[in-house]
Amino acid sequence: MMDRIKELAKSFGLPRLIIAGFLMALFIISPFAGLSITAAITDVAGRFGQNALMVLAMVPMIHSGCGLNFGLPLGIIAGLLGATLAIETGIGGPVSFLLAMLYSTPFAIIFGWGYGKLLNRVKGSEMMIATYVGFSSVAFMSIMWLILPYSSPTMVWGYTGQGLRTTISTEGFYYHILRDTLAIRIGSLQISIAEILFFALFAFIIWAFLHTKTGTAMTAVGSNAVFARASGINIDKQRTLSVIMSTWLGAIGILCYQQGYGFVQLYQGPMYMAMPAVSAILIGGASVNKASITNVIIGTILYQGIVSMTPSVMNSLIHTDMSEVLRIIVSNGMILYALTRKSGASR
Amino acid sequence: MSEMTKPLLEMQSVSKEYNGNPVLKDVSFTLGQGEVLGLVGENGAGKSTLMNILFGMDVIHQTGGYGGKVLIDGNEVKFASPLDALKAGIGMVHQEFSLLPGFTAAENILLNREPQNRSVLSLVFGDRANTIDRKKLQKEAIDAITKLGVELDPDMMVSEMPVGHKQFTEISREISKSSIRLLVLDEPTAVLTEKEAEMLLKAIRNLASQGISVIFITHRLQEILDVCNKVVVMRDGRIINELDAGKTSIQEMARLMVGREVSTHPKDDDRAGRTISDRIVLSVKDLWVDMPGETVKDVNLEVRDGEILGIGGLAGQGKLGIPNGIMGLFPAGGSVMLNGSPIPLNNPRACLDSSLAFVSEDRRGVGLLLDESLEWNIAFPAMQIQEKFLRMYLGGLIKWRDQNAIKTVTDKYIEQLQIKCTSSKQKAKELSGGNQQKICLAKAFALEPKLLFVSEPTRGIDIGAKSLVLKALREYNRELGVTIVMISSELEELRQICDRIAIITDGSVSGILPASTPSEDFGMLMVGKTRKEA
Amino acid sequence: MRKELNAAAVRKFAANNIVPIIFIVLCAVCIPIAGYSGTYLVDQIITRIVRNSFLVLSLLIPIMAGMGLNFGMTLGAMAGQIGIIFITAWNVVSIPGLLLAAIIATPIAVLLGWFCGKMLNMARGREMITSYMISFFMNGVYQLVVLYGMGPVIPLSSDQVILPRGYGVRNTIDLLNVRKSIDNFWSIKLFADENGAGGITIPFLTIILIALLCIVIIWFRKTKIGQDMRAVGQDMEVAREAGIKVERTRILAIVISTVFAAYGMIIYLSNMGTLNTYNSHSQIGMFSIAALLVGGASVSKASIKNVFLGIILFHLMFILTPQAGKNLIGQAQIGEFFRVFVSYGVITLALVLYEIRTRREKAESARNLALSQEATA
Repeated sequence: MMDRIKELAKSFGLPRLIIAGFLMALFIISPFAGLSITAAITDVAGRFGQNALMVLAMVPMIHSGCGLNFGLPLGIIAGLLGATLAIETGIGGPVSFLLAMLYSTPFAIIFGWGYGKLLNRVKGSEMMIATYVGFSSVAFMSIMWLILPYSSPTMVWGYTGQGLRTTISTEGFYYHILRDTLAIRIGSLQISIAEILFFALFAFIIWAFLHTKTGTAMTAVGSNAVFARASGINIDKQRTLSVIMSTWLGAIGILCYQQGYGFVQLYQGPMYMAMPAVSAILIGGASVNKASITNVIIGTILYQGIVSMTPSVMNSLIHTDMSEVLRIIVSNGMILYALTRKSGASR
Repeated sequence: MSEMTKPLLEMQSVSKEYNGNPVLKDVSFTLGQGEVLGLVGENGAGKSTLMNILFGMDVIHQTGGYGGKVLIDGNEVKFASPLDALKAGIGMVHQEFSLLPGFTAAENILLNREPQNRSVLSLVFGDRANTIDRKKLQKEAIDAITKLGVELDPDMMVSEMPVGHKQFTEISREISKSSIRLLVLDEPTAVLTEKEAEMLLKAIRNLASQGISVIFITHRLQEILDVCNKVVVMRDGRIINELDAGKTSIQEMARLMVGREVSTHPKDDDRAGRTISDRIVLSVKDLWVDMPGETVKDVNLEVRDGEILGIGGLAGQGKLGIPNGIMGLFPAGGSVMLNGSPIPLNNPRACLDSSLAFVSEDRRGVGLLLDESLEWNIAFPAMQIQEKFLRMYLGGLIKWRDQNAIKTVTDKYIEQLQIKCTSSKQKAKELSGGNQQKICLAKAFALEPKLLFVSEPTRGIDIGAKSLVLKALREYNRELGVTIVMISSELEELRQICDRIAIITDGSVSGILPASTPSEDFGMLMVGKTRKEA
Repeated sequence: MRKELNAAAVRKFAANNIVPIIFIVLCAVCIPIAGYSGTYLVDQIITRIVRNSFLVLSLLIPIMAGMGLNFGMTLGAMAGQIGIIFITAWNVVSIPGLLLAAIIATPIAVLLGWFCGKMLNMARGREMITSYMISFFMNGVYQLVVLYGMGPVIPLSSDQVILPRGYGVRNTIDLLNVRKSIDNFWSIKLFADENGAGGITIPFLTIILIALLCIVIIWFRKTKIGQDMRAVGQDMEVAREAGIKVERTRILAIVISTVFAAYGMIIYLSNMGTLNTYNSHSQIGMFSIAALLVGGASVSKASIKNVFLGIILFHLMFILTPQAGKNLIGQAQIGEFFRVFVSYGVITLALVLYEIRTRREKAESARNLALSQEATA
């Protein structure tokens, strides 16, 4: 019996167990701390819908052996371009969301293609270079946001009439476009079905893709690239495809995030957005070269649960908000754990 | 032998087994001071195990030690680690260089034994803060080089050296150890040019004259005659004979090396009445392959329709490079024609498309998806190359993995090849070596190739699995008429199943003979005698 | 023939030094646009060299040991900052203050460096991304200690340092006590006008300190431990076979680097005069690495020459771009963003070039075999 429990703990992973236990404890404590459970669940559900797609964006690249997608900001930038172009048209309502998705797609494909080509030339050090590709592109776009000829008054700085604002409200465009559709409301509990369905749609697409011939080839490339090459697979092509997919999912992911959060964050906003997503999928049980949709779902719930619960519980208990610091320690500690594990792949 | 002249090294009935398989049986010999002993034998004859015992390598201790005695100066020794052996004055130069490319020859020779000067800071930070005495380092390195008697610039960077100089650097390093009395050289000439090899042989004689004993392992038998006092020939873990190097010949040594009389051919041997058509399926011209450690230089080969062609030869001579080069796994050049149409090189996909298949010798690295199920492993290439096991939707736009078809085919091969596993969903890494090998075969069979390359199919698997694998190959050839090219280091295995056997020496074909030819003839080809000379 | 050879040599030189060349061109273009005076630029560059070189020099030793760019130098910077926070709270002034800060920082840096080295030994082959993540992780721990621990757990009560709420350190701390104390200890001013403004200040003591570190590094290369590190950096397995304690050597390399980074940070902060409690260390990590790479260093090779060339070029660009941006487009902000972009971009470029170059060298062996084949055919 003990052995079975030990084995279960081993397969689930000790850090994951600790985090799940911690989250559980938070939920148990919260009523005593005078917090409402339903509000907490509403918050976690909302954050899940907002963030899950960006976590899903990790999956294709992990599958093809490109490692953790620290270059997520590149996808986010494609999404930001889509968002700003959609707002620029001035068309409001649900159409603006579709437009944003539509506009960001070609950017995501082009960026992903170039990024994939680059990663193919630096096999073995993808993660480090991905991180800096992300940073550089964010810094480059910061310049671009200043000089690109946008003119919509909702986006441009009022006093100079030039350059975009650091944050742009999605109010009047696609604010809560998914959040408030098909929402279940029971008392203070609110769960948005549309948001979850939206994620489920993409999760299904990825799941289905991984069951096709090409998806199988992609997984094989990540599992053993030499095997795949000996089986006649063009490794570079598979990897590039996976990077394009990840980048595109990142773009759609940020749009989904914006509709829930209410703002488009430009300039340095996307800089560190990869870390929470990377850390979430690792908490969900993925490793540097293996990941599944289940990892995405579990990881996002656990990560967002901790992030949203800790501040409120801590605040009411010790009147100190250490949540941001704890978030940094937990999420980066998780990444560090994955990198230093012996069983991890060599990239 | 008097008390005064105890031999430097003596082995008394040394034996060793791995998991119940005896690999060394009753090995005894002596080596006097200043003597050069030649050690010859096929791969797997037990030479490396013997040396591992001498050096007290971990692998020996971890597998239950050894039997018999090793004596130095007449006293029994049991080295706990190679460091102990070094302290007793035994040094070894391995086949792979253990050198730092960015260091000079001198720095490499005295690596971690650099002469040092103490400084004030050493008092604070300890000995590692000593500065290195460059002048003394230079001098000691030059001393070692002079002792060896070769030309070597101590200031030359290893990365810029020709191969021969790297070898000299390695040997100088051993010699620079003041206590050195016995030097083991493992195939030191394999990578050298003729001129460099000559220099090395001269150096060996030079060392012997200074009283250092040498154990010289080589496949080049002429060198044995040139430099050794006596020769020990090993085969199947035994010493077959101890010869006086002055009184033997290459022929005799080659015969002893490989000359095991095959007791019986398997009962179902049907080769006698078999006729192989003269039609050439595959013709290889001027093939070169850059496979590290198995470089192919200039291979010309023709494979006939329906035959099993064996490719043999000693390790490192390039036999493995041939299939790996043709199948596009390593950079290659030359021309390869299948049924008269050229096969593009460096393109695995094109080879597979033209119905070639390859079972790699590197099961874990190339052959298998260790982390995936058996189903994936068996079905993957056929799915990707021939679109088998797929269901098409939307007019072929969506190619969905057909889990049922995959399971069916996997179960079929599990039964056919008697693969021991819990289910077709088991991960490949959980199987034993023999069963993994069968998975690799099944993977190739699922491709239904016209010509199959099988590289070292029995390496590292037990005897039972070995015969099953060979039987499967034979049946596959007989029943479906598939031409097979099998590469193996075990000559007897090739003689058992092949129709013809090509021997690769020094990166090219040294001869092709019918499998029924006596082993000695193959032995001669292996040790580098060309057809003409043999 | 000779000409061809020269052209090839020039091309090779350019390919190997592409990053510094880009920067030289960039600076050459920006100097006239920004329109600063020569003396101003020289004075600024001397200030930057004095401020940053100790930090950048601390990166050299891990590179020597084959561990790549030590993104974990941030850990050393944190240790230095903790030292500075203490002496400011205790009101220890001037050079004794800085010495005390160094004494406090040393054990912390050793501990952090040891932790970092241990972790890197567990993540062989991906040291850089791991050291990078360690710096992020430790940033969290640092914040925990400084923002919540200082006050209640670690007794500090200075109003200058602690936030009005009673615990946690302020966002920015004015370091009036130690401001420029090393620089002003012994310095001269050249070409100043009659009011003593402008001109070029040369702080001798700091320069002596930096020269001393350079000598230590040169000496270090000649010691047994230095030789061991070079050996480990080239091939861990060969070094291990020769009896060198690989793991220990690697940890030592990181510890030394972290301690130097801590001292470097103290010098940096004393020169700056203000401490940005929650930002300084992360920023300094990125800028130091970028500067080293700008100087032509790579992941596996870096020299003292690279350090100084790098600091001069990188910081020249830093000084020039905001002004150049302002003069060119009328927005200083573009220049600010531009230099952030350049810092990240140069690290990306250097990493990519390094990988591609290593790959090319591997491919060369195949080409040689093909050539030798053709020659015999």
